[in-house]
Amino acid sequence: MRWAALGALAVLLVLPNFLGSYLLTVFIFIFFYAYLGQAWNLLGGYGGQISLGHAAFVGIGGYTSTYLAMTYKLSPWIGMFVGGAAAACLGAVIGYLGFRFGLRGFYFILLTVAFAEICRLVVSHVEALGGALGLFITFSGDPWQFQFSDNRYYYYIALGLMLAAMGIVALVERSRMGAYLAAIREDEDASEALGVNAFGTKLAAIVLSAFLTGVGGTFYANYLFSLQPNTAFGIPLSVEIILRPIVGGSGTLMGPILGSFILSPLAEVSRAYFAKGGLSGVHLIVYGSLLIAVVLFFPRGAYPYLRGLVRGRRGGA
Amino acid sequence: MLEVRGLSKRFGGLQAVCDLSLSMAEGEVLGLIGPNGAGKTTAFNLISGFLVPDSGEIKFRGRSVVGLRPHQICHLGLTRTFQLVRPFPHLSVLENVKVGALARTASVREAAGKARHVLEEVGLLAKVEVHAGELTLAERKRLELARALATEPVLLLLDEVMAGLTATETERIVELIRAINRRGVAILLIEHVMRAVMSLSGRIIVLNYGERIAEGPPAVIANDARVIEAYLGEEYVGATQG
Ligand SMILES: Nc1ncnc2c1ncn2[C@@H]1O[C@H](COP(=O)(O)OP(=O)(O)O)[C@@H](O)[C@H]1O
Ligand SMILES: [Mg+2]
Repeated sequence: MRWAALGALAVLLVLPNFLGSYLLTVFIFIFFYAYLGQAWNLLGGYGGQISLGHAAFVGIGGYTSTYLAMTYKLSPWIGMFVGGAAAACLGAVIGYLGFRFGLRGFYFILLTVAFAEICRLVVSHVEALGGALGLFITFSGDPWQFQFSDNRYYYYIALGLMLAAMGIVALVERSRMGAYLAAIREDEDASEALGVNAFGTKLAAIVLSAFLTGVGGTFYANYLFSLQPNTAFGIPLSVEIILRPIVGGSGTLMGPILGSFILSPLAEVSRAYFAKGGLSGVHLIVYGSLLIAVVLFFPRGAYPYLRGLVRGRRGGA
Repeated sequence: MLEVRGLSKRFGGLQAVCDLSLSMAEGEVLGLIGPNGAGKTTAFNLISGFLVPDSGEIKFRGRSVVGLRPHQICHLGLTRTFQLVRPFPHLSVLENVKVGALARTASVREAAGKARHVLEEVGLLAKVEVHAGELTLAERKRLELARALATEPVLLLLDEVMAGLTATETERIVELIRAINRRGVAILLIEHVMRAVMSLSGRIIVLNYGERIAEGPPAVIANDARVIEAYLGEEYVGATQG
């Protein structure tokens, strides 16, 4: 297992030397969405608190660092953590309201959607943030400004983000917090009876999840060179974030990564393919169909299914 | 160690617990009996912090616990089980008990060791890897007990841990509870299996329609006319004959 992981890592490290620019882009998307999915997974997968508003954290993080870079020339390398902190604050507000008032299931989902929509509307009306048109980053090619003329840098940054999130979530999984999140997901009242501070644990999870997602916002802005309120805070992005861990297996370390390796190329290919024919929304139908298939055939996601297959074969041999 | 004064709780028009007072000494076993709907589980929910009383005082080891959250009360050393057992179904038996053990240590490794120890005591060591959802009812009841024990309580509130068990399984649980109590853990026991309550409890309180109608040693309670009328009648006779 360890050797397989090291082997995979070695392959990913040398891969950019063999990839054309299109495939490089696909891999950047795979890593970046795996990163966002892993951040969501901490709260939604491990803790069972489903957020459908995680785009809000991407938007806050991206807008914060981009605004600071444009106005105060603050390097996005520093701004990304400021943006993460801003997103963490928003996460704390959502978590406080949602968890203090005991919102569970659908009601918590609605709360997260509502906050993302509020953010989108507010930012659309703030002139300093570019209003509905958004912010556009002019290319300077300055690495200190998070800009690179060679896409391979973005590849390595996205890979680093994915691995960092994986490491952080792995640490949480093995800690008391991980055991508590699983207990809360299974039965919150029973966990309270056993000494679990469900409110505090969930709050910590949403703050950490929001922070990581917010950090990702800086990558998002600087890789795309622009931020629009409708996309950066929009429900479609929230859906993209949530789909990968669900398809891959939520509440598992490999789930968001496997899910992203399945979905991100599919999204790219179908987007490019259908856009050519003038059917730019059709990739969402492909997505939807895939999601239905996953829910029907692997309700716990692809990774738990594959793991079951491997164990079954080993056990049988 | 536990001092309850004038505890009352109302659900709409229904007075579930009415002016209940009781006190427990360190290490004692107190039985709480009464017909279905008498308010026993509600009393547990009030004492363990899952419900807030309309009025009344609850003191645990000299400190008021009214208004504290269940997890805070657990950390003070008072842990309850649920009448309808609530295992974490998709977690393994070991992981279930580990959650309880983590109340006393932040180290997951230490908690796992402690959990194994407790599972050995309740006789579930062979099942550590099994998902809790796959256990039989008797095993789930013991798991419920093991999880509570792992939090190292000084007072354990057991809500019908024997309901639905066979005579042999009941006998094993009775032995287990006796062993736990021998280590100095006080136990407040809600139970319908009369023979078990009578043999385990030093003292019994009888509830009916939320009110305490009798209190005393098992032999006295078994012969109390009001109790027999309210509740014991057929069941007790049935239990002694069966
Ligand atoms: N959360 C609740 N809301 C409304 N009524 C309740 C609630 N919990 C219990 N009751 C009612 O209070 C009464 C006492 O219930 P309970 O404490 O469960 O009794 P016991 O455990 O002695 O069988 C019953 O009539 C029950 O229906
Ligand atoms: Mg009851």
